[in-house]
Amino acid sequence: MAETVPSAEPTRRDFLLIATGAVGAVGAAAVAWPFIAQMQPDAATIAAGAPVEVDLTPVAEGQILKLFWRGKLIFVRHRTKAEIESAAKVDVASLRDPQPDSARVKEGHAQWLVVYGNCTHLGCVPLGHQGAYEGWFCPCHGSVFDTSGRIRQGPAPTNLPIPPYTFVSDSKITIG
Amino acid sequence: MEGHSVYVPKSGFTKWLEARLPIISLTHSSAVAYPVPRNLNYFWTFGAILTMMLVVQIVTGVVLAMHYVPNAKLAFASVEAIMRDVNFGWLLRYMHANGASMFFIAVYIHIFRGMYYGSYKAPREVLWILGVIIFLLMMATAFMGYVLPWGQMSFWGATVITNLFSAFDEIIPGVGTWIVTLLWGGFAVDNPTLNRFFALHYLLPFMLAGVVGLHIWALHHVGQNNPTGVEVKNICKDTVPFTPYATVKDAVGVVFFLILFAWFLFYIPNFMGHADNYIEANPSVTPAHIVPEWYFLPFYAILRAIPSKLGGVLAMFSAVLILAFLPWLDTSKVRSGNYRPVFRVFFWLFVAACVVLGWLGAKPAEGGYTLAAQILTVFYFSYFLIILPLLGLFETPRQLPGSIAEAVLAKKAKRAAPADASVNG
Ligand code: HEM
Ligand code: FES
Repeated sequence: MAETVPSAEPTRRDFLLIATGAVGAVGAAAVAWPFIAQMQPDAATIAAGAPVEVDLTPVAEGQILKLFWRGKLIFVRHRTKAEIESAAKVDVASLRDPQPDSARVKEGHAQWLVVYGNCTHLGCVPLGHQGAYEGWFCPCHGSVFDTSGRIRQGPAPTNLPIPPYTFVSDSKITIG
Repeated sequence: MEGHSVYVPKSGFTKWLEARLPIISLTHSSAVAYPVPRNLNYFWTFGAILTMMLVVQIVTGVVLAMHYVPNAKLAFASVEAIMRDVNFGWLLRYMHANGASMFFIAVYIHIFRGMYYGSYKAPREVLWILGVIIFLLMMATAFMGYVLPWGQMSFWGATVITNLFSAFDEIIPGVGTWIVTLLWGGFAVDNPTLNRFFALHYLLPFMLAGVVGLHIWALHHVGQNNPTGVEVKNICKDTVPFTPYATVKDAVGVVFFLILFAWFLFYIPNFMGHADNYIEANPSVTPAHIVPEWYFLPFYAILRAIPSKLGGVLAMFSAVLILAFLPWLDTSKVRSGNYRPVFRVFFWLFVAACVVLGWLGAKPAEGGYTLAAQILTVFYFSYFLIILPLLGLFETPRQLPGSIAEAVLAKKAKRAAPADASVNG
């Protein structure tokens, strides 16, 4: 048998050990990949995210329309003059998630507020026209949103997010 | 541990088998000859009760799975069909649903037992940590099971609990959302979520059974603690063989527990559930009061006590995980609360705090309720992080008995001569 002398120089065995280990690690990661990726939304779920058209004509002033896009709840709120004013006059710097009302609606369509309908705390559906600001109130842990869907009180960290949408005409939007 | 007797195969077949797989001697040494401290009280029967409950859940669960349909459109109706159409379906489902609650009643008693008698101290740290892992697995299993009937509480409970992970967005933006999408398999709790929860709800109890095996292995390696907290010194004097002594005592405990179980099952089967869960899941309306199952309420109260999302989530997970560090947080050399006069007071305050937190968890999160939950949350963590470390240094424990046998004999002598009025725990 060959003598094994401990040496400072890396031996051929060291090299083989490290190389085998490295290839093994890459192999394990490559096998783990599909097992994790399968948990992501599948093609059908993503395809269900095709844009939806919403006709705004039947939504009366003061009314909130609920609809689903990609399985997520969306509020389309037809705001009254008073609601728009109260959302606009807030001192933006004083907000938890500072955003002026104008950045949350489309130009020239300030009466239409389109937001995701799940509380940014833990996902409950807030109740419309309730709470101190008459925007929304979340019954689960008491988050209060104003008429611009911005967080004003309670545990939710951010404003109700705005889904991607565009005005096709004055009375029609496409979400997605 | 050395046992009270050794199995010797006598027949030809058992000799043949033992030489190939020593399974009879393993059973003998762990369930017959295994030495049990002679002073164990009924709190020590909860291990057997828990093992039985795991079997009950697996047996009823596998049978329910033969009738249940894990599909968002059909799940609710399939559970109703189990209740109305399947022969004895109502019984099997009530056994499983109430069984989960009974399982948690037993595990909480079991955990508090360990905390009072110092069963987590050396050399039982690994045994204790395996117990904490069992508790975590139980919580994950029960949470996913509760989603399966696809009622309003199922749906919104799943939404709120999975959304807890979105709090990680506050540490690294995007990570929380990524995890939540991964859990849902979509952009909201929906059919893919239900499907994977069913698969995991089926799997986890078997992993649980595996960890229970390790838990018992660790137990049988280091031996049981006992009400005095004094280690076994002499197997003959301090212990009795598992069979018949512990077997019969465990059987008595199991029977009384089953009577309680049967009472819930046959008289108030929906007492521990929530009426809203008999309304099918509706993703556009959240019930006015969403509450988790009762066994999660203390942790839910801690979550809501903290006025920040990330803070609340971290506090809630820490409240469970801190249990794993208990062996190193309690600095006292004395195990049993019976010999620790000051610890005993704080222990019962801690139990009371947990119960009140549970009550608060079911109340709306507002005003005085929130304040009370905040105070109790501070106390909950102080118990582990301040009180237990300091008590070990400052408390003067009472004189420990020399051995288990001595403690038992002293108690007998006192009973024989009641005139001797020395108060003893
Ligand atoms: C640690 C053990 C287990 C616990 C704590 C547990 C807990 C639960 C809970 C709380 C529910 C909801 C009951 C309700 O309100 O309707 C449930 C439902 C269910 N579980 Fe389990 N379970 C366990 C083991 C199992 C196993 C091993 C299986 C199957 C192989 C299973 C299959 C089911 C099925 C099919 C349902 C839906 C039917 C129903 O809601 O009654 N469970 N489980
Ligand atoms: S989910 Fe809305 S406040 Fe918690």
